[in-house]
Amino acid sequence: MTFSGELLAFLCLALVAVIGGVLLLNLTKVVHMVVALVFTFISLAGIYVLLSAEFVAVVQVLIYSGAITIIMLFGIMLTRHNDTSEPKGGTLKKIFLFLGVLGFGVAVYIGIYNLDFNPQATTLHENNTEQIGMALYSKYIIPFELTSVLLLVALIGAIILAKNDNKKEADKE
Amino acid sequence: MSSVPVSAYLTLALILFCIGLYGALTKRNTVIVLISIELMLNAVNINLVAFSKFGMIPSITGQVFALFAIAVAAAEAAVGLAILIALYRNKKTVNIDEMNDLKS
Repeated sequence: MTFSGELLAFLCLALVAVIGGVLLLNLTKVVHMVVALVFTFISLAGIYVLLSAEFVAVVQVLIYSGAITIIMLFGIMLTRHNDTSEPKGGTLKKIFLFLGVLGFGVAVYIGIYNLDFNPQATTLHENNTEQIGMALYSKYIIPFELTSVLLLVALIGAIILAKNDNKKEADKE
Repeated sequence: MSSVPVSAYLTLALILFCIGLYGALTKRNTVIVLISIELMLNAVNINLVAFSKFGMIPSITGQVFALFAIAVAAAEAAVGLAILIALYRNKKTVNIDEMNDLKS
């Protein structure tokens, strides 16, 4: 592995992403956890640019570090957070879970650590958005339209679930 | 061709997935559990995009799949948050240990 700008960029972005994840696990205030995860999301957008997926990177910034972070902050503010989510006890359970997750990680790492497919030269970086548009509107047109139905269902479902129905219950009683 | 091997990207995705899994299983606040699930979905997206560049047959399909996964994840976040708010209205808590109504 030769040292190059791409490697340096990858290492920096990966470091920021992992630090964001670790901060998510270790911070005590809920809002700080969400803000720590924004670093992860934005550096993942950089990783997508390295993987010649510019459009996915822009979508990542828009959806994840924009919409999902904001919706989670709304969720925190609408519910009464005790400001700290410090668990009481349960250290043994945590240790077992940590070992389990670590075992999972090691098992998968054994499978992937020297994976190589002899990569060929790709043209993904040329007119990336145009290629995605072509694929999305020709080969994947039916999943694309189904996604719109899914989003509509999620929108209506979310509104109905979160709707205040105190009046109906009062009428029932 | 590229100085960063595919296994580096896969390892980054694995680390983020493990962090998300551990957070989803140990955190008590339901919002943090939801956002840990988002982190896991994001880690899987890295795999999709990495294989779209470094796979056996490089093609745009992986990126299209990543876009679909992002759309579904956004819908899931909205519905999850709505369920969270409905639960909060009924039980006045977001602590995941107290949401045990199915336990008789």
